[in-house]
Amino acid sequence: MAIDFLKTPRQRLAVYIALAVVLAVLPWALGGLFENGKSWLRAVDFALLYIMLALGLNIVVGYTGLLDLGYIAFYAVGAYTYALLNSPHLQAMLPVWMMHPPFVVMIILAAFMAGLFGVLLGTPTLKLRGDYLAIVTLGFGEIIRICLNNLDHPINITNGPQGLNGISKVHLFGLDFGKPIQWLGLTFDVAHSYYYLILAFCALIIFVTLRLQQSRIGRAWVAIREDEIAANAMGINTRNIKLLAFAMGASFGGVSGALFASFQGFVSPESFVLMESVMVLCMVVLGGMGNIPGVILGAILVSITPELLRDAINPLQSAVFGRRVFDPENLRMLIFGLAMITIMLLRPEGLWPSRRRKLEIHEHEEEATA
Amino acid sequence: MNAPQQLLAIEGIHKRFGGLHALNDVTLSINKGEIYGLIGPNGAGKTTLFNVLTGLYLPDEGKFNFDGKNLFRQKPYVVVESGIARTFQNIRLFHNMTALENVMVGQHVRTKAGVIGAVFRNPSAKAEEATIKARAEELLDYVGIGKRKNELARNLSYGDQRRLEIARALATKPILLALDEPAAGMNPNETAALKTLMEKIRSDGVTILLIEHDVKLMMGLCDRIAVLDYGKKIAEGVPEQVKNDPRVIEAYLGVAPE
Repeated sequence: MAIDFLKTPRQRLAVYIALAVVLAVLPWALGGLFENGKSWLRAVDFALLYIMLALGLNIVVGYTGLLDLGYIAFYAVGAYTYALLNSPHLQAMLPVWMMHPPFVVMIILAAFMAGLFGVLLGTPTLKLRGDYLAIVTLGFGEIIRICLNNLDHPINITNGPQGLNGISKVHLFGLDFGKPIQWLGLTFDVAHSYYYLILAFCALIIFVTLRLQQSRIGRAWVAIREDEIAANAMGINTRNIKLLAFAMGASFGGVSGALFASFQGFVSPESFVLMESVMVLCMVVLGGMGNIPGVILGAILVSITPELLRDAINPLQSAVFGRRVFDPENLRMLIFGLAMITIMLLRPEGLWPSRRRKLEIHEHEEEATA
Repeated sequence: MNAPQQLLAIEGIHKRFGGLHALNDVTLSINKGEIYGLIGPNGAGKTTLFNVLTGLYLPDEGKFNFDGKNLFRQKPYVVVESGIARTFQNIRLFHNMTALENVMVGQHVRTKAGVIGAVFRNPSAKAEEATIKARAEELLDYVGIGKRKNELARNLSYGDQRRLEIARALATKPILLALDEPAAGMNPNETAALKTLMEKIRSDGVTILLIEHDVKLMMGLCDRIAVLDYGKKIAEGVPEQVKNDPRVIEAYLGVAPE
């Protein structure tokens, strides 16, 4: 389980409370400690969005063992669902009641649409596994992106490569998240309010994942990963259970995408390239497939490290060489890549793996030394 | 004495893999409460027949009735739901799950909690989960590996893995339990214990279909035996009768030169 080392409920409660306090004051701490605290807070907001994505992909890859290289497509579906209904772009074409639905409805709709696309992807690929499935999902991800890129004619639906502008911010409990909110003498900027909003959804998704993991459905997912034929022979309807995995994973991506669209205020196909799918997969694998804390850790590291390096790279260069030798942007990604290679060589099971995964990776070593 | 009640009846089953006629017009019936043995030389089609019976392979022609239901070309989960469970010749456990989890997965088909139940843990889902766990523990005790419930399936000894596979199959609440070479690779002590277990399962009302090479075990255990050779059934009957059938001797030993 997630936190084996916390044996008693009291210890666990204490850690949860401490964690909650840290998370609650984090935006203020960032603002107080760094002069560019605002940009750091944005990076944290994005890290939270990536956590949701990584947890969604973890259901498909980590639990059910289906390698998906086009996962970012569901993020795109969620983002565009939000963007189309909350930007002026389609205002002339759609009936008034469809525009600017309440936020809760919007999130459910985004999750549903992404889940639907998950089933669309899942249905034709039910018989595929491993590399073959990876190729098909890769194609699917690209198809979605290319559709978004080209659906500006004959009817202009997605506005093509220019993307959608002027997406309205979230309105919730009578609050407009697009303007600074005053509460208890504190001023919540857009990035501040969105931090708490995204954090809340992140917590919800972690909760749902945890509950699913320890359920009949979660066991069936893992059984399929372990041995699909045996799972079949034990009476698991592998078709439906796999489709459910695709749909659940995709719906998390959809929620994340909707929040992304409203936070950013702008979406374009450029945000949903193959590299993004690969990054989310890296988060899952590097953190520890199938283990919720591991996946969260992976998402945070992979999304924050490049930002950290952005700030650290030039001082580092001048310290080592006395002047700027390399282009900071290239060097940053080089170091990032090297770090990933090192981690995967030293800990192939991920930084914080599940017990299952750890044993699986080290099985052959045991056999070799035995 | 009551007339034997027919449980499973297959008739004229054919299964072809390209040019290979793996099952050729196989007809057999199993009665409720018996232990039915299936023997034959390597490659005779025993495991193919098993795969057809459990829905993993789709037969090309024939009839397949079980407990009053037509299961011809049905999906594996429908077959399991109807009451046929199996084990595999080369053990197919969920290796990185614990023994307990393996048996819990086995109960999937008899339970129904979905995503809503999992997320909200409403009383009925909670009760179901508790029942699943309790029954899994009970079944592990039943096959004699209750003490190892928290070990990963991969770390169990060979004999215990075979037992775990039987427990997992029993978790689906089968009417017919199909065992594919359960004694393969076991020493005489383990085989004797396995025999006792199979007799216990039968006396608890589960019919058993058994593939096995250990002739001594089969003769002492089975009520009836069928012999397959090159995809055809060449003999069927009580063990004594089958053992002395010239066609069976020929299939196993070849024909004596004139």
